[in-house]
Amino acid sequence: MGLLSKKDAALITDPLADNNPITIQVLGICSALAITAELKASIVMALSVMAVLAIGNVVISLMRNIIPSKIRIIVQLVVVAALVIIVDLVLKAFAYELSKTLSVFVGLIITNCIIMGRFEAFALANGPWKSFLDGIGNAAGYGLILIIVGFFRELLGSGTLLGLKVLGDPIEKTGLYAIGYENNGFMLLSPMALIVLGIIIWIQRSRNKSLIEEN
Amino acid sequence: MEHIELFFKSIFIDNMVFATFLGMCSYLAVSKKVSTAVGLGAAVIFVLAVTVPLNWLLDQYILKEGALVWLDAKYGVDGAETLDLSFLSFIMFIATIATMVQLVEIIVEKFSPSLYNSLGIFLPLIAVNCAILGGSLFMQSREIPSLGLALTYGVGSGIGWFLAILAIAAIREKIRYSSVPPALRGLGITFIITGLMAIGFMSFGGMLTGGDEKTEEAPKVEAKADKKDPLKKEDAKEIIAENTKINK
Repeated sequence: MGLLSKKDAALITDPLADNNPITIQVLGICSALAITAELKASIVMALSVMAVLAIGNVVISLMRNIIPSKIRIIVQLVVVAALVIIVDLVLKAFAYELSKTLSVFVGLIITNCIIMGRFEAFALANGPWKSFLDGIGNAAGYGLILIIVGFFRELLGSGTLLGLKVLGDPIEKTGLYAIGYENNGFMLLSPMALIVLGIIIWIQRSRNKSLIEEN
Repeated sequence: MEHIELFFKSIFIDNMVFATFLGMCSYLAVSKKVSTAVGLGAAVIFVLAVTVPLNWLLDQYILKEGALVWLDAKYGVDGAETLDLSFLSFIMFIATIATMVQLVEIIVEKFSPSLYNSLGIFLPLIAVNCAILGGSLFMQSREIPSLGLALTYGVGSGIGWFLAILAIAAIREKIRYSSVPPALRGLGITFIITGLMAIGFMSFGGMLTGGDEKTEEAPKVEAKADKKDPLKKEDAKEIIAENTKINK
């Protein structure tokens, strides 16, 4: 028996594919789309959500027996808002430029449905260790999609990855640009995020037929 | 004039769904039928119209740096004008929103029980709809100058969201009769339609800059785009540097 039992491991691996928060549960789409024009912003956003979701899940799970069910939404909102304030201040202190790029979307982690959804569906009914794993797993599933979208948008849109010119220099015409490749600036605009995500969903569902919807 | 400009700008150009992707979760989940979409859209307009001005007042008189100066003037609290409580804005805003949503829920349940039942879980979830919090946060970050403009902004962005969900619901009702590839059905095709609609809405972007005419708006928009997209700025700098090299 390793560090994680089979059931615990499933908590992490399930949300990565067949129960992905974004493509299957349809949660947390807003921030998934808005900040994915750059890979770096996507990664930072994914890490922020992971921190908030994992810690929040543990906190809610520890308090689950003393929260009156009628006011649980308010309690959850206060916990998330407190954690998001911490994340926001940390980002402002250590990555100021990036926090400008993310602008209001860090604040919008509060209203990210993944977080409320996991609190409601999991943390209120399970112990802290399981809730922690569930938080990590779901945030990883969310982050995975974010990073895939961010990867393609930055690569095709500006020919860079994490700011590094991987396809060559568009001005000096080196690398791919030498054979006539051009950046597709359209990838940086917001509609393409939706279309890229639509294509990801298409691919996922054609690989796993059981996920196909009625209409 | 200012009001009209902001109103149309928040409906079409800065449309909540198509430009900033706010409120996507409920947008996707409740847009299967036009009737429920209209109900939720109306609720969102109402909540935005109330919470944005309320949060504007909160921001202006409590949260902003130096906003507490009235404490000093009226009650003689020393050093109140140096306080900066803006780190509390997330909690304050979400508290206002949660209260208002509760109020809407009670009103809808009383006056239209059928709508209440058809919206189901999504009515309380307006509290965690990013469009609502996003409205207040954008109001704060764009520094909207007056209460009247904040109201205009709230109503405008609410109507923008309403339009978006109405349009997608109408399309989804019709798309049942077309043969979409099985794997793309449901969520996938909805995303792609939304993307295409967003491309359509982008064309409104030229509405305020007025083509070739040089207005005050044009440089502002460019500056914003630069901020959002530091990569482009770098590229632009490089291009300028390159050009000067060539000129030399």
